[in-house]
Amino acid sequence: MDVSSLDAGPIWLTLQLAGITVMILLTIGTPIAWWLAHTSSKMRVGIEAVVALPLVLPPTVLGFYLLILLGPNGWVGGPVQAITGSPLSFTFSGLLFASTLYSLPFVVQPLQSNFESIGSTPLETAASLGASKWDAFFSVILPLSRRGYLTATVLGFAHTLGEFGVVLMVGGNIPGKTKVISIEIYDRVEVMEYTQAHILSAGLLLFSFLVLLMVYSINKKLPVHVS
Amino acid sequence: MTELLKAAFKVDYPGFNLDIDLQLPASGITVVFGPSGSGKTTLLRCLAGLEKSGKMEIAGQVLQDENTFIPVNLRAIGMVFQESRLFPHLNVRDNLLYGYKRTPVNSRRLHLEDIGRVLSLEKLFERSIDKLSGGEKQRVALGRALLTSPKLLLMDEPLAALDAQRKTEIIPFIRKVEKELSIPIIYVTHSMSEVLQLVDTMVILKDGKVVKYGPVGKVFSDIQLREAIGDEHSGAVLDTTVLEHDTEYGITRLDFMGQGLSVPIQDISPGQPLRVHIHSKDVSLATQPPEGLTSVLNILKTKVRKIGENVGYSVDIELDAGRPLLATITRKSLSNLNLQPGQSIYAYIKAIRMVNENL
Repeated sequence: MDVSSLDAGPIWLTLQLAGITVMILLTIGTPIAWWLAHTSSKMRVGIEAVVALPLVLPPTVLGFYLLILLGPNGWVGGPVQAITGSPLSFTFSGLLFASTLYSLPFVVQPLQSNFESIGSTPLETAASLGASKWDAFFSVILPLSRRGYLTATVLGFAHTLGEFGVVLMVGGNIPGKTKVISIEIYDRVEVMEYTQAHILSAGLLLFSFLVLLMVYSINKKLPVHVS
Repeated sequence: MTELLKAAFKVDYPGFNLDIDLQLPASGITVVFGPSGSGKTTLLRCLAGLEKSGKMEIAGQVLQDENTFIPVNLRAIGMVFQESRLFPHLNVRDNLLYGYKRTPVNSRRLHLEDIGRVLSLEKLFERSIDKLSGGEKQRVALGRALLTSPKLLLMDEPLAALDAQRKTEIIPFIRKVEKELSIPIIYVTHSMSEVLQLVDTMVILKDGKVVKYGPVGKVFSDIQLREAIGDEHSGAVLDTTVLEHDTEYGITRLDFMGQGLSVPIQDISPGQPLRVHIHSKDVSLATQPPEGLTSVLNILKTKVRKIGENVGYSVDIELDAGRPLLATITRKSLSNLNLQPGQSIYAYIKAIRMVNENL
């Protein structure tokens, strides 16, 4: 097997993309999930549906609209080009933006059900003990949400790792910038380099399996149950 | 002068509304009693500041009115719930200290050692929450609330989830908290035995409205409240003082408003208070003091105050024995005795129940 012909670039790029995407998602997903879990607003179902859209839309559809949105004439790409001199399409930043949208439900949904299962009683209890809302969130809700955050992190990371359609549409196939593992596998298959495709595919398969295995076993051991 | 807790709330939910206006002493234990759905918990939530509605002030400090609303976390009101609601990620010590750490240093009147002593928690400090019994959990929850040095402690059926044995373990602690730490307590329950053991001031709620409130002796024997109190407990609560013990016959003599009562011997020193409950069915009436001998030990001289409505073939008579006393007699007896308000009458008491624990 000719492993030396395998480029480490796509692997590194993929890990970077998935890592940063998850960090962004945890930051913006927490308030979204919190709001969805606690609001009684009529907007709730609408927002829930929007968050879940990437689950059902063909990645090419999402990719297509993102391409337009992030392109030089798009609502997002245009202003960005005006400031930085280049649009977001076919860049790593553009890919981050797309991945964040694409993996949003995989982070928001576990967090939301986590917050829902915790309910509002721990917050009220903490408030009766003198804690402000922020204080209560960090001192009570976060520690009780370890399972939820672990699940959200892993699902978000693993899902970003495996995305293909959106990346191809928005990022194209630029080595070192937007060429991630899934694209690399596609390229290798196109030129009949099955060995390299095997190595990458099996690697991704094994990695995903091990990560999920880890999550499920940690989840089982975590002592924190909401009672 | 007794400081007052004034509260007026109006809450409208679909199918339920609470509309109350109360002035309670901000001392002792006030028990809010009523069936499920009567608004007890909603009232407590209003007092805690978990519902934005109405007016409330305690000892002259306005907590909420049209212009003011002090949020829960700044109210210095402790809460204990039916479930302990301890934080599972913290051990006993850290649960106890959660509120303490968030209480301004100069407002801290109670400290971990005090609470550990009063509630006998010292040995549990390093335990994790899931290694505690139900009774221990409630004690920790009580301690955690007290460590915020609250001006008022709200308790929402704190014993409802415990078995009878655990309940009798906790009740003395609640009394002790009120006595030793002088923190006024508002205690919600639908259990009459908890009411009898704890109450100083009683509030009876029904369908979101206050039926009656005031000192327990008065409220409890109100002839109109038979339905709210329930047949099982209908009667009188008397606060007596222990006079002496007669060890030969196993009898403790009590003083009640200058008249004597005898009960089975109690392990309480003379001079100490003892609360007793007399069921209205255990009180018979006679127009004469006994001539000759009677096996009934307790006979009180009273006056007829009010004659109630017929309940089936019986009728409740409210008597004045210095404090109200209630007798349930048959309509036939009523007609034989020809009772009139103001008339002197002897109450023959067949049984007296203790309600107080020996503290």
